Amino acid sequence: MEPLVAYLWVIPALPLAAAAVGAAAPRGARRLAAGAAIAAMIGALALSSLALARTLAAPAAHQYYNFSWFDLGNGAVRLGWLLDPLNALMCVMVSLVGLLIFVFSLGYMRGDENFKRFFCFLSLFAAAMLCVVVSNSLLLLFIGWELVGLASYLLIGFWFHRPAAAAAAKKAFITTRIGDLGFLIGLVWLYDATGSLLLYDGGNGFLESHALGDLATQVLAGGLAVPTAISLLIFCGAVGKSGQFPLHVWLPDAMEGPTPVSALIHAATMVAAGVFLVARVFPLFSADQELAAAPLRALTVVAGIGAITALMGAAIAAAQNDLKRILAFSTVSQLGYMMLALGVGSWVAAIFHLLTHAFFKALLFLAAGSVIHAVHHEQDIREIGGLSSRMRTTFATFAVGMMALSGVPFVFSGFWSKEAILHAASEWGPSRLPLYAGLAGVVLTAFYMTRLLCEVFWGPARSPAASHARESPAVMTVPLVVLAIGAVGLGFLGTPAWPWLQSRLTGAEVPARPLLDGGALMALSVLLVAAGLGAGWALYGRRPRATATAADPLAAAAPRLMAFLAARMRLDELYAATLGRLNDLAAALADVLDRWVWGGAVGLLARLGEFVGLLNREVDEVGLNTGFDTVSEEIRRAGQAYSRAQTGEAHGYLRTLALAFVVLALLVLFGGGR
Amino acid sequence: MSPLQICLAFSSALFAVGLAGALARSNSILVLLGIELMLNAANLNLIAFWRFSPHGSPSTGVVFVVFAIAVAAAETAVGLALVISIYRHQQDIRLEEATRLKG
Repeated sequence: MEPLVAYLWVIPALPLAAAAVGAAAPRGARRLAAGAAIAAMIGALALSSLALARTLAAPAAHQYYNFSWFDLGNGAVRLGWLLDPLNALMCVMVSLVGLLIFVFSLGYMRGDENFKRFFCFLSLFAAAMLCVVVSNSLLLLFIGWELVGLASYLLIGFWFHRPAAAAAAKKAFITTRIGDLGFLIGLVWLYDATGSLLLYDGGNGFLESHALGDLATQVLAGGLAVPTAISLLIFCGAVGKSGQFPLHVWLPDAMEGPTPVSALIHAATMVAAGVFLVARVFPLFSADQELAAAPLRALTVVAGIGAITALMGAAIAAAQNDLKRILAFSTVSQLGYMMLALGVGSWVAAIFHLLTHAFFKALLFLAAGSVIHAVHHEQDIREIGGLSSRMRTTFATFAVGMMALSGVPFVFSGFWSKEAILHAASEWGPSRLPLYAGLAGVVLTAFYMTRLLCEVFWGPARSPAASHARESPAVMTVPLVVLAIGAVGLGFLGTPAWPWLQSRLTGAEVPARPLLDGGALMALSVLLVAAGLGAGWALYGRRPRATATAADPLAAAAPRLMAFLAARMRLDELYAATLGRLNDLAAALADVLDRWVWGGAVGLLARLGEFVGLLNREVDEVGLNTGFDTVSEEIRRAGQAYSRAQTGEAHGYLRTLALAFVVLALLVLFGGGR
Repeated sequence: MSPLQICLAFSSALFAVGLAGALARSNSILVLLGIELMLNAANLNLIAFWRFSPHGSPSTGVVFVVFAIAVAAAETAVGLALVISIYRHQQDIRLEEATRLKG
């Protein structure tokens, strides 16, 4: 056994230890908490890089180290660590992007009085995500998964004194829990069907051909294959965590947290977990592909949800006015692209896009944080304007991120990963719809990012805060520059001409194709990007908004559509009117049942008891009373005396208990009672 | 010291910490916390005796502890519900003020 893989637990343990240090340190220990968090991330990054270097030597091998957690009944609950190129790349990405975000937070959160708590939670978040990434057992992955949910709750609600933040934190937690419930049921079913939750276990893991082959032959009523059902249940978890339609509603609200948290959630950790999960158990999802007559295939659902989400997120983003909300919906849309890639069977393209997206979305969020920091927490893009000359570094890096996200050809990483997804979608047999949704999303993405850039950085400054904005300190701009380099350079790892990433991830050499392979599709998408950029420029760049209250040109042209999109397609209202109402109804029903049916039954019994009591009393009064009166008087007096011991003070009772326990212990020890 | 003795010493320490917490705190949530600590010290003892006994079978120690943890979870839920209703009554969760049950 390779020694390194057995020590893989150190990667999540380091930030976890930093979180413990942060939790135990006194409130004023700002340097200690931040230092521990950043040192732990550097350690995790170094270890992950070492692991990556080790695994790239033999990319086809899945190295794992399993151990038994505890025995129960005839079986044992086993956990383990896994090391292969997918894990190692994710580890490096999470720890690198996380590290940069941590450094940025040093500047962004400097004025916050709960600085120490913030770094403690950040470390916990990173630890949970790294735990998800390195685990070789779905159970361990689930534990990390839930910890990610907890940490996101704590961080989104970091400014919990603001009601909106507290509500957003609750919404994020509850919405993802809905998906997690499906995931948990899927886990239990999977354990029941295969007897193992380990991914790889010398032939017995559920991702290996032995167990998977058994699984694929089982069919439920209605012809639905068991692996399809389990995959869809597990996919529920991914839908919740990765903000896919219809559970995406928490993601835009999660903007209530501090901006570094948004960057962490949207780029490196939380939403990446869902895509990573599906890519990780991809053999399970594709197990039903071989079946001749399956009514529904898991990957078809994944592709459909991804296509809907990609298009919907991009459309809503075009109508938002809040700087961070636009980026949030763009994340929703990009995650849709990743799910689409998974659904059409190219998990490699999904992971490629996940990695490039992590860099440019972290860049965009941190640059947005730098803007928000400079204009005193103004987030409405109509109120900002004209920052290009005042914040040159932020502007330049934001523009790089914007072009990477829009898919400006050849230089930026977003172009290559998006091309990979569109290429995979064009080769998918069952339907062309995902491809069309993807192409439509490309136009919208280029359009709304151009709009965002023009509104924030061009034109006149439209508020006093914006006209006095100054560039952020180096501790905030240096991470931006590093991320910008990543947002450009990362794309060259996976071009068709040199498919390094693809070969390493699959463990088999992927043949190189000409750089401009699939030229027609590529030309079409370049054309669409140009159309989106041009439309954005024509509407928002040529004549920049003059005042904060000037009407939006699109909203003036199609007021109803834009109002519908600005209200996020009214999905929140729909949920409140249906699911929320349903919940209220169930509560009211339970209340009525409790009050009248059960309460009535209990009341009836009570009346019966009362009646028997009355009868009894009459008998007693007449027959027995006189003799007992004196005795009972004595007892009553004794009880009164005794009742003085019942002080009602719980501490007094506890103290008596403790004292009695000590006396008992002394008696047993020295009283010769044994 | 043998491993068993280390475990027992540790659980005694944990028990003492929990007892001190339960007795010294006036916030009823913290008292609950202390009680949980004591309970876990007892669980630790069960596990330790099971682990270091010559004929430990999984159906003894572990099952006891899993049951105890489940019961403790239920008990905590009830306890916290009580704390909430006490808070609703007296706008305060200090234990020494909750003396309505005196005889």
